[in-house]
Amino acid sequence: MKFERYGIGIAKGLTVTIRHLLRHPTVNQYPEQRLNISRRFRGNELVWNREKCTGCGTCAKTCPQGAIEIVTSTDMTENKYVVDKYQVDTGYCIQCGLCVEACPYEALYFSHAYECAKYRRGELVQGKEDMLDRPERKVSGYFYPDKAKELPEQTMLVEKVTEKR
Amino acid sequence: MAVRTEPFVLNMGPVHPSTHGVFRMRATLDGEVVIDIEPVFGYLHRGIEKLAEQRTYTGITPLTDRLDYISSMSNNLAYCLAVEKLAGIKVPERAEYIRVIMAELQRIAALLIAVGAFLNDCGAYFTPFLYMFRERERIVDLFEMVSGQRLTYNYMRAGGVSQDLPEEFMPALRKFMDMMPRFMDEYDRLLMQNEILIARAKGVGILTGEQAINCSVSGPVLRASGVNWDIRKADPYSIYDRFDFDIPTQATGDCYDRYRQRVEEMRQSLRIIRQAMEQLPSGPVRAELPQLIRPPTGEAYARIEAPKGELGFYLVSDNSIAPYRCHIRPPSLINLTALRDMVRGWKVADLIIIFGSIDITVGEIDR
Repeated sequence: MKFERYGIGIAKGLTVTIRHLLRHPTVNQYPEQRLNISRRFRGNELVWNREKCTGCGTCAKTCPQGAIEIVTSTDMTENKYVVDKYQVDTGYCIQCGLCVEACPYEALYFSHAYECAKYRRGELVQGKEDMLDRPERKVSGYFYPDKAKELPEQTMLVEKVTEKR
Repeated sequence: MAVRTEPFVLNMGPVHPSTHGVFRMRATLDGEVVIDIEPVFGYLHRGIEKLAEQRTYTGITPLTDRLDYISSMSNNLAYCLAVEKLAGIKVPERAEYIRVIMAELQRIAALLIAVGAFLNDCGAYFTPFLYMFRERERIVDLFEMVSGQRLTYNYMRAGGVSQDLPEEFMPALRKFMDMMPRFMDEYDRLLMQNEILIARAKGVGILTGEQAINCSVSGPVLRASGVNWDIRKADPYSIYDRFDFDIPTQATGDCYDRYRQRVEEMRQSLRIIRQAMEQLPSGPVRAELPQLIRPPTGEAYARIEAPKGELGFYLVSDNSIAPYRCHIRPPSLINLTALRDMVRGWKVADLIIIFGSIDITVGEIDR
């Protein structure tokens, strides 16, 4: 293939590359610099509110992976269900969020924590006590817009100046 | 005395940097010239069609995320359209607009990867790829804001979308829309006129329009061969008939045209998003539906113009909570059938870029 003026296109491309030398970096140094994740973050852990849960088992029925296990018994004196066992195998969980969406009593949330790596598979199984809604656990705003407002705003790359130095 | 030669069979893949995943090609070579090629797939088979038969209609949406994992939103949209057609669900107006915005953003993000990976195969080692990843990152940020995840969005539901847009979404999107045309120009300056790229890609792997139609190729690969066929115009789904946009086509159908075609399509997507942003109404985003959808007995086929081509979902219902059969028509698999016509007679180095210019995702081929 013959070109009229060979090298013009390459030179043009190189000016773009050289201009990129003189701009702000796009990446962050992760463990030292941390970005805020989405307010609707879906991931890793579920948070369960024991008081609100009625033991209806909608979450377990909706879960496409069958990762939620719930065992209830009837308390005849108070006329309600008692949750004997509530267990999520987060190793099977695909974080689709359908359980949170389906819960009719607003008793199930996503946790806003990441970096939840474990050493063994067995540790991924969240029991009743691990899932409890404790004040120090931040709750994600997925399907709970009022909870989303309390969380820090997500860092967006669009907001960041990367063009000129 | 002539040297006696015999064809040599070369296995490329399953693990090869140019095959974009676990995909194997059995190439028969004469010296360095490709005589024949046979794609071997199934390395990423997860049985998604069969798994879908055991899940509820809502529970299949996360599965569709994992088909073509770089354009999850489009997959969600195609599946939800199929369910809506099957069950006769009416989608609120606002949800339709949100879907269009998401699908077009997803198209830009997926085409950025396609172009970047193609240039990577050409030997522009990772520089353009990372430029394009920077812009994709901005789109993925927007998706993370609305859906909470960065790859498997699971945002659309039968009858709308899962949640309304957060209030900080529109300002961020507006900012992105202001930025994006500038970046597009930058990509053009970077490589569009690059002599090495033109020498590598122009005239290589020509797929004529007739061949493309015979192989039922769709998407940018078809339009690069000069056939004006886009489902958004030819068979409008959702609300695409309300927007004003062009279908760019190219003339020859070589690798360079396919690259140009993708860049042009990104510009058209930006036009659609801009119009959708202006017209975005307020109101509900999700139709009132029971927890478990039970469509009447029947069948439905819904298709959309996914970033890679025609993506179709065929669902058969037997009036239970799970589909009786779910068949997926993936664009990557069908586009791959044209590969043999394109590569015959070219060298091994050209095979890589011809394959790269088709833009496949193995998750979709094997399902």
